[in-house]
Amino acid sequence: MSDKKRIDQPTGTETVGHEWDGIEELDTPMPRWWVISFWACIVWGIGYLILYPAIPMANSATRGVLNWTSRGELDAEMKAETLRRAPITSALASIPVEQLAGNERLYQAAVEGGRAAFKVHCVQCHGSGAAGSKGYPNLNDDDWLWGGDLNAIHVTLTHGIRQPDHDETRFSQMPAFAGVLSTGEIDAVTSYVRSLSGLEKASANTAAGATIFGNNCASCHGADGKGMREFGAPNLTDGIWLYGGDKATLTATVNQARYGVMPRWNNRLDPVTIKMLAAYVHSLGGGEEAPAPVTAPVAVSGTSPAKVATNVGN
Amino acid sequence: MSGIEPLKVQQPALYEGRRGVYPKAVDGFFRRMKWVIMAVTLAIYYITPWIRWDRGQYAPDQAVLVDLANRRFYMFQIEIWPHEFYYVVGLLIMAGIGLFLVTSAVGRAWCGYACPQTVWTDLFQHVERFIDGDRNAQIRLEKASWGVEKISKRLTKWAAWLFIAFWTGGAWIMYFADAPTLVREFWSGEAATVAYATVGILTATTFIFGGFMREQVCIYMCPWPRIQTAMMDEKSLLVTYKDWRGEQRGSLKQAQANPQAFGDCIDCNQCVAVCPTGIDIREGPQIGCITCALCIDACDKVMAQIGKPRGLIDYCTLDDAVAVKSGRQANPPLKTLFRPRTIVYFGIWASIGLAMLFTLGQRTRLDLSVQPDRNPVYVRLSDGAIRNNFTLKIRNMETRPRIVDVTINGLSGAVMWTADGKREFAKQSVNFAVAPDAVHKVRLFIAAPPEGEERTEFRITTRARSGDERGDSDTVIFERPETEE
Ligand code: SF4
Ligand code: SF4
Repeated sequence: MSDKKRIDQPTGTETVGHEWDGIEELDTPMPRWWVISFWACIVWGIGYLILYPAIPMANSATRGVLNWTSRGELDAEMKAETLRRAPITSALASIPVEQLAGNERLYQAAVEGGRAAFKVHCVQCHGSGAAGSKGYPNLNDDDWLWGGDLNAIHVTLTHGIRQPDHDETRFSQMPAFAGVLSTGEIDAVTSYVRSLSGLEKASANTAAGATIFGNNCASCHGADGKGMREFGAPNLTDGIWLYGGDKATLTATVNQARYGVMPRWNNRLDPVTIKMLAAYVHSLGGGEEAPAPVTAPVAVSGTSPAKVATNVGN
Repeated sequence: MSGIEPLKVQQPALYEGRRGVYPKAVDGFFRRMKWVIMAVTLAIYYITPWIRWDRGQYAPDQAVLVDLANRRFYMFQIEIWPHEFYYVVGLLIMAGIGLFLVTSAVGRAWCGYACPQTVWTDLFQHVERFIDGDRNAQIRLEKASWGVEKISKRLTKWAAWLFIAFWTGGAWIMYFADAPTLVREFWSGEAATVAYATVGILTATTFIFGGFMREQVCIYMCPWPRIQTAMMDEKSLLVTYKDWRGEQRGSLKQAQANPQAFGDCIDCNQCVAVCPTGIDIREGPQIGCITCALCIDACDKVMAQIGKPRGLIDYCTLDDAVAVKSGRQANPPLKTLFRPRTIVYFGIWASIGLAMLFTLGQRTRLDLSVQPDRNPVYVRLSDGAIRNNFTLKIRNMETRPRIVDVTINGLSGAVMWTADGKREFAKQSVNFAVAPDAVHKVRLFIAAPPEGEERTEFRITTRARSGDERGDSDTVIFERPETEE
């Protein structure tokens, strides 16, 4: 091939000697700046080879003089991040949780931190939007079993619900009424409970149920059925049902009772994270103000669905 | 280096060094035009960041400012937010189409007159002439051995270049921060690292590109010549050596002795001597020609001296060249400039410009975007009502604080409250104090009676209480549970 090299007339440049269908390639020399950049790249490449991990070996790669690893970089970033957050973290550690709502900046920081922690620890039961599901409360609404102010939420998070290994846990036990009440009585009392929120009309059956309710249920759920937070006894007059307000589910609930449990987090998470979780749950839309010290906890809204229109019009 | 001496080719070298170009000074119409354009473009570049423009106490008073840190772009009375970036895109498209227009009409006029590479190279060459003398002196100095004179001249020249280069790099960063403040910070060592790095890099590129690489940037590095070649056609004006008039070239003596056998070109090489890219236009149109038209000036001067009409080298289209060669009339210049292609380019260019002006005039300085919570889409409240959550972003794009009312329409019985409000005090409108030139992000809870369609469209509207009272509104959906027990 090389014997085909020749001088190209118009340009005066030598060809490389290849020819494809009459097309020839000129052996035009590279501009000097190009050659310099070319060598510069090679020098840079050698430098990189020495400084950084580069050559794959059997189990890992060469380490490089700088000892750089992506893991180490992540580690350094995490440390820097922890350091950056230290002022907020220590402020959160020292503020009593009930005062958190008064400190706008800290509260917001806590909400954002809680949002992240919630995604890790709580979504398994409460769902990623905290909307819950059957048996797992929706944390967005204004209905709380054990209380919805910052402190109450914080206590629930710290000590959990019905944790057998822990004295301070939230605890209560609804009796299973199967065998205690007759089937007819259970039918009457479920009808009465449903009538409290307008799901059933008043009838002779509900009237009978009212009496049974007064004798068996009012001690925890209150004479008016509005529940009692110190026992985690739900408000039966509102539109929210944890397990379902239909006749069948309600009958099952009365028959066998329900014992929802929630882990306590004081042995798994640090106090700051728990505070942040409390703030996050509190911020979801149903958070309540701390109750005045003397008054017993009162359900926020006793309005029946029929009254919504007037409530909403003003 | 000059002319077309046949190359003696042996084994080609591995690389080719730059062949020195020592353009000679020239005067004439196009040179003067280049002076003016150079003065104007340099003035625009160096002075613009120092123009002040009063925008009140909440916004910077620099007329042209690309505020990357706060994500704002200011240009006289126009302020652009990141979400309005389409204006910048529009400007870039206009610049692109403007180049199409110019190129198809007058060839590489951009390269010849306005490109920064050309302008700074030109500037550097003037400095060079001032220190080293004109072409011949420069060549002599280049060949001379390194003595006191050469070293001192070189050092002076490089110092002058470096000074200009530094000034150029320094001017660039002024577009990105308040210029007087930045200058103070720069010299007291308080400016951001990126500012020093930028100045360093731009100083280096200006120094190297303008002082040493010059035409090599145009010939090897820049994509524009290739693109422009594709945009020119046989009706574009090019700097053309009129070979039909100039050939057979011969020296003045030969031509005078035998006028019949020779054309107008007396082979004085003046056109080559003045060319900033060191080419010979008489070889025909070529990628090395940036159409600076200096060879026209040089040649016109020669023609005047030997008593021939000007324009042996002149702006001319390929069509006209063919026409004149075959004895026909050249097209009148206006016909060359106003032809369908340039008119269409101009039409597109102008309509984008007008459309942008129109939308600029129409745009409101209050913007609302509403994002409904997707999880959960609704919340049932204890009294049976349904609550939807929304995140509102209210942009107050005026440079003063404003009170903004937010109202809802089209959702019967609905009330709203904010995260720090309470449902008991919910109303049908809420208001916020929004900081000047800022985005106010707020979570809004809206509750409505459970009766109603599963998905109800309604509007959330913002309106400022002062100033430009046009507001913005968003249509959003209120979601209710699918089935009622
Ligand atoms: S070739 Fe490129 S760098 Fe040179 S003048 Fe034209 S646009 Fe500028
Ligand atoms: S040939 Fe003429 S127009 Fe082209 S770059 Fe050289 S001097 Fe300028």
